[in-house]
Amino acid sequence: MWDHEIRAMASTHAILAASVFMATVLPAAAVPGFSVYGTHLLWLYSVSGAVTAVSVAVFWLLGITPPAKKHTVGYKLSRLFRSCLYFFLSCLFFHTVVVLYGAPLIESALETFSLSVLLTSLTTLRCLCVLGPNVQAWIRVFSRHGAMSVWDTCLQITVACTLVGAWVGAFPIPLDWDRPWQAWPVSCSLGATIGFLTGLVAAPAWIHFHRKQLTYKCK
Amino acid sequence: MKKLPVLSLLLWVCAVYFVGIYLFVGGFLLVRLEVNRTSTCGDVLQPGEEPADFCRVQPRFRRAVLLIIDALKIDFAWFDPNNTSPRPYENKLPVLEETVTSRPSHSRLYPFRADPPTTTMQRIKGFTTGSLPTFVDVGNNFASSAILEDNLIHQFGQVGKRVVFMGDDTWENLFPKKFHRSLPFPSFNVKDLHTVDNGILQHLYSTMVGEDWDVLVAHFLGVDHCGHRFGPDHPAMADKLTQMDGVIRSVIDRLQNDTLLVVMGDHGMTDTGDHGGESQKETDAAIFLYSPSPLFPGPPTQSEPDVVPQTDLVPTLALLLGTGGAVGGLSQLEALWINAKQVNRFLETYSGMAKDIPAESLSQLKSEFSRLSSEYLATVREGRPPSPRLAASLQAYLTSVRATCRATWARFNPLKMAAGLAILAFACLTCFIVSELSLVLIRESGPGLKPPVRVAFIAGACVAIGQIGTQGYVEASWCLAAAALSSELVFFWRARRSRAVPEEKNGSKAPKSPSWLTPRRLLLPALLVPLLRCASLLSDSYVIAEGRAVTFLVFSLALYIPIHLNWDGLLLPPIHDPLKAAGFLPSPALSPLTVRKESGTLLACLGVLVGSLYLSLSFHACREEQGSCQPSPFLSPLSRLQDNQLKNLHYVLSVVSLGLWTYLLKRCLRHYGNLNASSGAVFTAHWILPLTSVCLALHWAVSATPEDSFRNLSELIGVGQLVLPRAAFCLLGLGMFLIWLDPLTVFIKPKDKTPARGQSQTPSRYRASTGISTQAELHHLIPQIYQRMRRSLDDDEQFMGDVDNSPAVKAYGLGTVYSAPLMLFCGMLGIGLLLLHPEGMALSFLLLLLEMGALLHIHASSTTLRSLQGTFSADFNVPWTPVVLWSLAATQFFHATGHLPTFPSIQWGAAFVGFPDGHTGTLLPASLVTLNTFASHILFSVACPLLLFWPLVREVRGSRGGRACGDEGEDAVMEMRLREHPQQFTSALLQLATRYLFILGAQVFSSVCAAAILRRHLMVWKVFAPKLMFEASGFLVSSVSLLIGVALVLRVDVAVGGWFKRLIPDASR
Repeated sequence: MWDHEIRAMASTHAILAASVFMATVLPAAAVPGFSVYGTHLLWLYSVSGAVTAVSVAVFWLLGITPPAKKHTVGYKLSRLFRSCLYFFLSCLFFHTVVVLYGAPLIESALETFSLSVLLTSLTTLRCLCVLGPNVQAWIRVFSRHGAMSVWDTCLQITVACTLVGAWVGAFPIPLDWDRPWQAWPVSCSLGATIGFLTGLVAAPAWIHFHRKQLTYKCK
Repeated sequence: MKKLPVLSLLLWVCAVYFVGIYLFVGGFLLVRLEVNRTSTCGDVLQPGEEPADFCRVQPRFRRAVLLIIDALKIDFAWFDPNNTSPRPYENKLPVLEETVTSRPSHSRLYPFRADPPTTTMQRIKGFTTGSLPTFVDVGNNFASSAILEDNLIHQFGQVGKRVVFMGDDTWENLFPKKFHRSLPFPSFNVKDLHTVDNGILQHLYSTMVGEDWDVLVAHFLGVDHCGHRFGPDHPAMADKLTQMDGVIRSVIDRLQNDTLLVVMGDHGMTDTGDHGGESQKETDAAIFLYSPSPLFPGPPTQSEPDVVPQTDLVPTLALLLGTGGAVGGLSQLEALWINAKQVNRFLETYSGMAKDIPAESLSQLKSEFSRLSSEYLATVREGRPPSPRLAASLQAYLTSVRATCRATWARFNPLKMAAGLAILAFACLTCFIVSELSLVLIRESGPGLKPPVRVAFIAGACVAIGQIGTQGYVEASWCLAAAALSSELVFFWRARRSRAVPEEKNGSKAPKSPSWLTPRRLLLPALLVPLLRCASLLSDSYVIAEGRAVTFLVFSLALYIPIHLNWDGLLLPPIHDPLKAAGFLPSPALSPLTVRKESGTLLACLGVLVGSLYLSLSFHACREEQGSCQPSPFLSPLSRLQDNQLKNLHYVLSVVSLGLWTYLLKRCLRHYGNLNASSGAVFTAHWILPLTSVCLALHWAVSATPEDSFRNLSELIGVGQLVLPRAAFCLLGLGMFLIWLDPLTVFIKPKDKTPARGQSQTPSRYRASTGISTQAELHHLIPQIYQRMRRSLDDDEQFMGDVDNSPAVKAYGLGTVYSAPLMLFCGMLGIGLLLLHPEGMALSFLLLLLEMGALLHIHASSTTLRSLQGTFSADFNVPWTPVVLWSLAATQFFHATGHLPTFPSIQWGAAFVGFPDGHTGTLLPASLVTLNTFASHILFSVACPLLLFWPLVREVRGSRGGRACGDEGEDAVMEMRLREHPQQFTSALLQLATRYLFILGAQVFSSVCAAAILRRHLMVWKVFAPKLMFEASGFLVSSVSLLIGVALVLRVDVAVGGWFKRLIPDASR
């Protein structure tokens, strides 16, 4: 029923996964002494940058982003500005939530903020791409009957996977194993990335197997 | 409403849990057998070929002075001349260093390592008997019982030495009638720094000058008490140590040539001044030896040990005073040989008494000993100089004996442990079944409790008879085990049968088929979170980080509630889009405005919850395993703070939060119109609650005043410390008693001035419309009352201005008739528990209250929003999520009130609140300390039934009552709906209580599992065993408090019933 969309989604996700992979491999070749644990923040920003760039490009090319109501330059600029603002606000929001979950408040604020940038680029950015800068629509989409298209369902799955991955990533932190990946925020960002990759695989697969049951009200 | 089945079922479930815990703990913590045999000089030690009697030789010293300075840490004894700015505890004992440098062959200073547990009684036992006190002995610290084992004091008595003792009265209890003369002083009052020390000093010098003694033991407590009260880093510690310095100097001046002086600490202290654990700061005490005659061959050499273990004190002193080698110095080999022989004899005696030392290691040790003895005897016979190799192997033999004994005495009884585990597992299952079948169990036809109990008695009796037949004596634990197991099994069988019946009768209303263990269900956060919590108890890292882990889980589960509501499309009002409104959403029963308001409340309460969660993290104490951790500054009592401004700030903060606690409670009661009546509960709320708060604030002020700054007021301060907390205790007791006696907070206001006339009008209006039976009247009277009450509430209690012509009886506060007394009870209890805590914890208690309120509101709001779905039914079941949150919050605040599941972190100071001079018994201090430790468990368990009431209290008009407008019976509002449906009320109460017990029980079970599985783990005695003890006692306390809470609800129900009875006959007359 949704074969075309599913195929487009699978290829988009393949590109996204490849970009995460390249963001890990390429700096290793370019920057001396690069490693995921050692220079974690560098890796983190390279992954979020790559995912941001690729998502924006791909979703813009695919034309999934809801079309602008007016075609004036001013309106488009304000949309762009609002998107940037939401991106930044979402970083702050994730930062607050992570601190409330028990991250140190002052000590490693940079690490915490980097993690929230990663989470934003993996989740909020996708919302921005699919739904535009419209918080009401974001809240609506995360309900049982809220998905209006295959892309909305896909958004639900990837965002949930990413957040659950980051949540699970916090579990090993108190253990006394003294591994490098237990340092803050390595395990959480790794968890988020792995969750994101899982979501990228799971979303098209789930939609493919449930395509008979899926019905959307509008569009 | 049936009271008896609920209470008896809960009691039975709790009893089964208790039996399981008792069995497991009995198998897990075993007490070492004591060998009551004593050595005498005439003992023939095998092999006894050398000159037999080791006592007959001229002793090295005739007399000894043993100065024990409690908690004399080795850091206190070092002297560093280069340290220009010493901390209060540094460089305060220069006499030791001076003596060691000026007379190196006369004196030595060593670190003196204690074996854990580092509590005073255990240490006295340890260094007088030379043995290792066991884990369980810690509990005896309140009532130390006499030592029956062979010990130093007994041996001194045997050789005719006159032992004079003065100081800590623990010694008097340990060695009753063993002293030639004894001057004990009470030791238990930690706040008292000077009584014991001054008492000793009064007698010490005069005794030393006299000739009436051979061994003088003086036990000073000031340093230890100073550590407990102020911590080591306080000027008071400097004063105390300087005083001790003077004492040691004076004693050295008075020593004679044949006298040995030993100055030693029994244990150290942590940086906060506590002790009991096994960190190096607690175990490393100091020992200083001195004699006016040369004691050592020369200055310290490299070959001397760095650290002296405490167990070596006994042989050393015994040899120096009772027996000895040549004048030139004690032959170490000889001492080792005698010691090895004694140890061998001990092993033989012990293995004859108990069979717990493994046979192969015993025979190995025996063969090792015989090899060593032949070697030693050969050496002696040939007169060769003792070889260091032989000494080393003797040393190694002693070490291996020690290791074997240590391994054996940490032994377990696997059978008992397994039985305990099985009973606990079944008890959890029972709880679960009861919570699922609560409605069936309450019914007449349901499976009663009689058969299981009867079977339990029979099984217990059978086992007892069997034991008498086979063994000749009864072991109570096995009878209990049999009783508990059999009653559980009978219950399962009957529950299974009774479940089948209703399903056949009406399949639709039967409880859902048990598909609980499908993976889908397990992934539900409400079950996943407790599962994670239980799993976390199996890892020592998570137990160490428990406070944060639990906060993390609470936060996760709390976030899940709005996310889940949003997923179901209930958080936001449905969008009225004509295209899709017709389709899939049910017609909204609540207006969008109401939904928005409820969601707003929910999110605001979530904010409060998250805020208090985050702030509560700053009240945590630190375990010794957590390296870089600073304990909360609010944990130390105000009297320890030195900065006056900071002290004032803390005091003001505490008093403000105490005031807020009282104000919020009264505000809430007033809001629901509960403060109009003139009953006992209302009197409590009006007068006793504020008065107690004032008492508490004054008590804090008094106990925070520094003693030396108000010398002339010291009498008054002493009286205040005694009277104020006691007055608060009495007021609290009175308040709770009044609440219990007269819990109704309902105020009936007749319209006219004369109540009789007003009430007589009421029935006339509706009796015409209904039948004459009392029951029917009751059904119709109630709605009338509620309507009146609701109306007056809507008028914001401007009830005086109500000029309606409708019926005259108005009852204020009837809507919260159940929850108001419970809330008040909890508030009183909270103030009482706060009294036992350090002052700074008032902030944490305020957070606790806020979090409780936030949880209740979140639960109520989500219930209201859920009722949108149209799945409203007459039952009041509380879903799992709030119950899980509730129980996790109890654990969270256990940590956030400065407690930890470790023994050193127990706040002993609680025992002296209101009893600054100490206690005579042990029951009162023990219960005060228990109340202090499990304060949050108690509060949350007592308040647990509020979860059932709150959705009704916060019910939105028009959601439930409004829909059932036509039905008169459904017209009841708020908590009166519970009275309308007594069956559902009872079952919901039972379900709530068993769900709560299930979650607590699952935690106990998993920590029991952790102790059983990891019993050979490195961390078992440090992490898992204390955690098990705390979890188990927490469960005991929680279940008792839960029963109290439920009983209070039932009491209120009785009172409400009586109230209606009074109303109806009056009305019908």
